[in-house]
Amino acid sequence: MSFLSGVLRFRSRSRSRSRPSELVCQEVVEVVTDYLEGALSPADRRRFEVHLAGCPHCTEYLAQMRETIRLAGRIAPEDLTPSMRTDLTDLYRRWRAEG
Amino acid sequence: MDADASLLRRLRDGDEQAFAALVERYHSSMLRLALSFVPSRAVAEEVVQDTWLGVLRGLDRFEERSSLRTWLFTILVNRARTTGVREARSVPVSDAGPAVDASRFGPSGAWVLPPDHWIEEAENRIDAVKLSELIRVGLDGLPARQREVVLLRDVEGLSGAEVCDVLAISEANQRVLLHRGRSKLRQVLESELGGGPR
Repeated sequence: MSFLSGVLRFRSRSRSRSRPSELVCQEVVEVVTDYLEGALSPADRRRFEVHLAGCPHCTEYLAQMRETIRLAGRIAPEDLTPSMRTDLTDLYRRWRAEG
Repeated sequence: MDADASLLRRLRDGDEQAFAALVERYHSSMLRLALSFVPSRAVAEEVVQDTWLGVLRGLDRFEERSSLRTWLFTILVNRARTTGVREARSVPVSDAGPAVDASRFGPSGAWVLPPDHWIEEAENRIDAVKLSELIRVGLDGLPARQREVVLLRDVEGLSGAEVCDVLAISEANQRVLLHRGRSKLRQVLESELGGGPR
């Protein structure tokens, strides 16, 4: 969906925004973690999903949050240096010697 | 039996190799987390060593009501807090900036500068090493309390409940810190990988 069609959607939606129950994008980005954590009430979850269904930008935003989480889970661990390994082997042996 | 449980059993049987394997598995994660609490790498290394000693000494008392990994991190956080100059618990949830800069929304609250696309970029065009580096820089840029939660949840993969236990924070607090941290990380990725002017 193009940027323009997204904007047009917002325009058509904004006329009915006087209804207090409708989420706007700026609110969506603040509850996205609660949504992913399953911490929204059923009613709020529905409002969130209704917004998303009509908003490609917030749909994109949610996808980016998911991708951010996925990428964070993939960062490579730092390699241990030989001296760290030696130190810890020593530590283990000292502990064993403590009896 | 999972790998940690079998390592734990071997460790209790006095198997030095099991300790070495546990170190390979968790040392760098522990170091990364410790760095969030203390002022220098040297101090962080001391804290982690001290943690390993605490783990060995506590083996008999560990009742396996939590996972081995959660237990390790809990000991680490307690030692790091004792050592660290930063008084983590006394600071309220700070840095209350929005998830996305307010200038990117119009008066109605709708996007005027919507998110740049970058997911495909991250998938296809950036190599894993560079991406790791980017995330690492992003994590380093987070306020410490947010970084701790994001490290434990998203990098280490602990559950929300486990993170609350390890850091001794409430569920609501955990969620707020996670939200701010993740939101900032997303922004770092968008700024680095997204196409449009910002």
